[in-house]
Amino acid sequence: MHLNCVVNGEPRQVDNVWPGESLLYTLRERMGLPGSKNACEQGECGSCTVYLDEVPVCACLVPAGQAQGRRVRTVEGLAEATQLDPVQRAFLEAGAVQCGFCTPGLIITVHDLLRRNPRPTDEDIREALAGNLCRCTGYEKILDAVRLAAAESEVR
Amino acid sequence: MTTTRTHAATGTGRIGDSPIRPDGLLKVRGEFAYSSDLWTEGMLWGATLRSPHPRARLVRIDVTPALRLPGVHAALTHVDVPGAKCYGLEHPDQPVLAFDEVRYQGEPVALVAADDPETARRALAAIEVEYEPLPPVVDAEAALRPDSDLVHPGGNLVRHVRIRKGVHDTPDGVPELPEADVVVSGEYRVGMQDQGFLGPESGLAIPAADGGVDLYVATQWLHGDRRQVAASLGLPPEKVRLTLAGVGGAFGGREDLSMQIHACLLALRTGRPVKMVYSREESFFGHVHRHPAVMRYRHGARRDGQLLWVRAEIVLDGGAYASTSAAVIANATTLGIGPYRVPYVAVDGWAVYTNNPPCGAMRGFGAVQACFAYESQMDKLAAALGLDPVEIRVRNALRTGDTMPTGQVVEGPAPVAELLRRVQAAPPAPPTPTGDLRHLPGGVGNTTHGEGVVRGVGYGIGIKNVCFSEGFDDYATARVRLELIGGELTASVHTAAVEVGQGLVTVQEQIVRTELGVDRVTLRTADTSVGDAGSSSASRQTFMTGGAIKAACEQVRQQVLSRLSSAAAANPAAYRFVEGKVLAGTEVVADLAELVGDQPVEATAEFRHRPTQPLDPQTGQGDAHVQYAFAAHRATVDVDTELGLVKVVEIVTAQDVGRAINPQAVEGQIQGGTTQGLGLALLEEIQVSNGVVLNPSFTDYLIPTIADTPPMRLEILELGDPQAPYGLRGVGEPPTISSTPAIVAAVRAATGRELTRVPLRPEHIAGVTAAGEPSPGER
Repeated sequence: MHLNCVVNGEPRQVDNVWPGESLLYTLRERMGLPGSKNACEQGECGSCTVYLDEVPVCACLVPAGQAQGRRVRTVEGLAEATQLDPVQRAFLEAGAVQCGFCTPGLIITVHDLLRRNPRPTDEDIREALAGNLCRCTGYEKILDAVRLAAAESEVR
Repeated sequence: MTTTRTHAATGTGRIGDSPIRPDGLLKVRGEFAYSSDLWTEGMLWGATLRSPHPRARLVRIDVTPALRLPGVHAALTHVDVPGAKCYGLEHPDQPVLAFDEVRYQGEPVALVAADDPETARRALAAIEVEYEPLPPVVDAEAALRPDSDLVHPGGNLVRHVRIRKGVHDTPDGVPELPEADVVVSGEYRVGMQDQGFLGPESGLAIPAADGGVDLYVATQWLHGDRRQVAASLGLPPEKVRLTLAGVGGAFGGREDLSMQIHACLLALRTGRPVKMVYSREESFFGHVHRHPAVMRYRHGARRDGQLLWVRAEIVLDGGAYASTSAAVIANATTLGIGPYRVPYVAVDGWAVYTNNPPCGAMRGFGAVQACFAYESQMDKLAAALGLDPVEIRVRNALRTGDTMPTGQVVEGPAPVAELLRRVQAAPPAPPTPTGDLRHLPGGVGNTTHGEGVVRGVGYGIGIKNVCFSEGFDDYATARVRLELIGGELTASVHTAAVEVGQGLVTVQEQIVRTELGVDRVTLRTADTSVGDAGSSSASRQTFMTGGAIKAACEQVRQQVLSRLSSAAAANPAAYRFVEGKVLAGTEVVADLAELVGDQPVEATAEFRHRPTQPLDPQTGQGDAHVQYAFAAHRATVDVDTELGLVKVVEIVTAQDVGRAINPQAVEGQIQGGTTQGLGLALLEEIQVSNGVVLNPSFTDYLIPTIADTPPMRLEILELGDPQAPYGLRGVGEPPTISSTPAIVAAVRAATGRELTRVPLRPEHIAGVTAAGEPSPGER
């Protein structure tokens, strides 16, 4: 089947999409957007989190066909080419990135959290990020990054 | 230096700073190329058929039905392996593809290459395999009995390590131990933990015009892989070229091969690039795990708490193939009594073959299992003597100049007592706030509003060896080149050392900036065109590759000084390289860019740590280890004693890192390692029933989420090891070791239960099933 959707602001058409294919596979293998990650492909780890019509979803759990006519935003589309979103910058500065495999999904999740709740408490952060697994950091520096991103957003 | 605060990325990028990691920008933008992201024109997808049986005779395999499917380009079995049929890190006993017999569930039996993953999946389903299932050997202790079935013809023992310090055995083999005022004993068990790295095993193999192959892969040791891949392909090593692809975590799980040989076989057979990516379920079968352990300990002490002797027996279930079991049992035994001074020691450890999943390297590598046992024993001894748990540890704390059970003298700082005192002296964790379920055990599951919740505090301290031990020729290679590029002084570094997330790339740049006084440093991609770096394991890579880069920079400096004058070359210690200048004292004597000019300076150095010795096979005596590292934990927990649920409230860690080359990365290692120990204490176990894995998914194998993980307070000491580059001490593993027993001790304090098995289960915590008893459904 054909799939038409808007990805990171650009209209895209993909041919020969297999009916059982996930949006994650389509993004990674057919659209050249491997930023969304494939750590479990079971909806448990959050590494594939993308916006679908501005709602964060696990792309591994969304059949590609469900994206027909809709807008997808991935980590690659979060900021302009030479820019960084404040969440991305905070992850860098706080040392929240080690292997980085969880990072794209976490950045989308945090981006969404701060849009809904610009001044989250630590409990709010933990609750919002509980669906994103990280195996390297023990989460302390991810909390630092969220606090930093929230503080910087407030300043601006 | 002591620090309890978090560093933002700061400084100019030299040693002691915390610059932004050089791969960080790509990683936050989703542009970093992990091994599962690779793509090339015309590539095929490889896939692996695995045995559903833990043990079976392989009667017949027919791949022709798979080959008849459109879009399938190859289907291979063991007959298609041109070189060595078996591989292995230490002992080549693991078939590339099974022949005659399969020895664990998930053992690779056949391979396919197809146009896309779905066609590959269908091709696997079309392969016909006839198995004759055999009763699996699943109990490691029973496997050692003479009447056991054999997993391998040579017997079920991988290695027995026997250590005797000041102790002789009676003629019938019982260690003779002196009379003690108090004796405590216990049997402890550790379940099978998984590394749970997020980036699945994956890579891309591309056939080359010279008949060789180029492999882009996530691994821990490029040259270690190459040696094994080349042997099984029947190719000379120079025709097997490995390049590091982005690694999504490792923690020991990538030290053994997974898809490396398979992808190369398929690429060479089809003449096309072949990509392989494991699913999460397949990943649980695609790498080795932490050894499950059964450990029986007895401690004898004087009335004042001073340890007199320790008797320990440790059995590690190595599963179907040897992997690194022989080294893991050496660690479990040589470090098996912990960081304590004990005059009389008798330790025996056995690593055993079974038909369970193969076990090998995981962060902590044998030291983790033993620490749970010896720290549980120390708490038991403290209780028997009415002593504070920190006090009994401090009274027995290892110090510089003490001897280990192997007879090895501990050199350099050994701040065991100080680390314990520091975690004890940290302010107590705050009381649990009321009114927010998220602070309570069970969380928003709404299982309690505080009724039945009891707080507990526990302590643990561990010891780990750094670098490879027992006489292994352990070295690392680095090439450093200094040149003008576009008029700007640039240093480039080339090593085969693997960045797995720990921050080695940052550290490499920091060392070069410090040594050469150059701001602009570039790292070449790690590959096998430069010399071996050894594995990114054993907390060794900053020590070893850091040491090699330092040595290469020293040679570069020497060459530069020889351009300045023969007098300068004869006295290099008198010169410093700072901000592009060569200084004698405080006087600028030359401009580095002018000295380099259009003649690049390049040096390649190999670095070796001090030699180690093998263990005496009878007594376990020998200076087997390079460096010891220590970390201590204090855990505070709230336990719902009725439902057996635990909320870890806070963990305090104190660790001596010798020198924090990158403080932010050091903190990240300690926080991450501590959390993996939390997982082993409370959550993580691959459950195996009669050789079959019950929970190969992140739905059923639980790694800690941010909601399971507490605030962590850090006390980082930098005491400096005179034998190590910059005085550094390996950082990665020590924090993983003692957070497990500290958390369990805290749960014991809250519940009063013995709790002799990790991970703890609600039924054990709540006392539904007796502590340490197997639960229903457990093997």
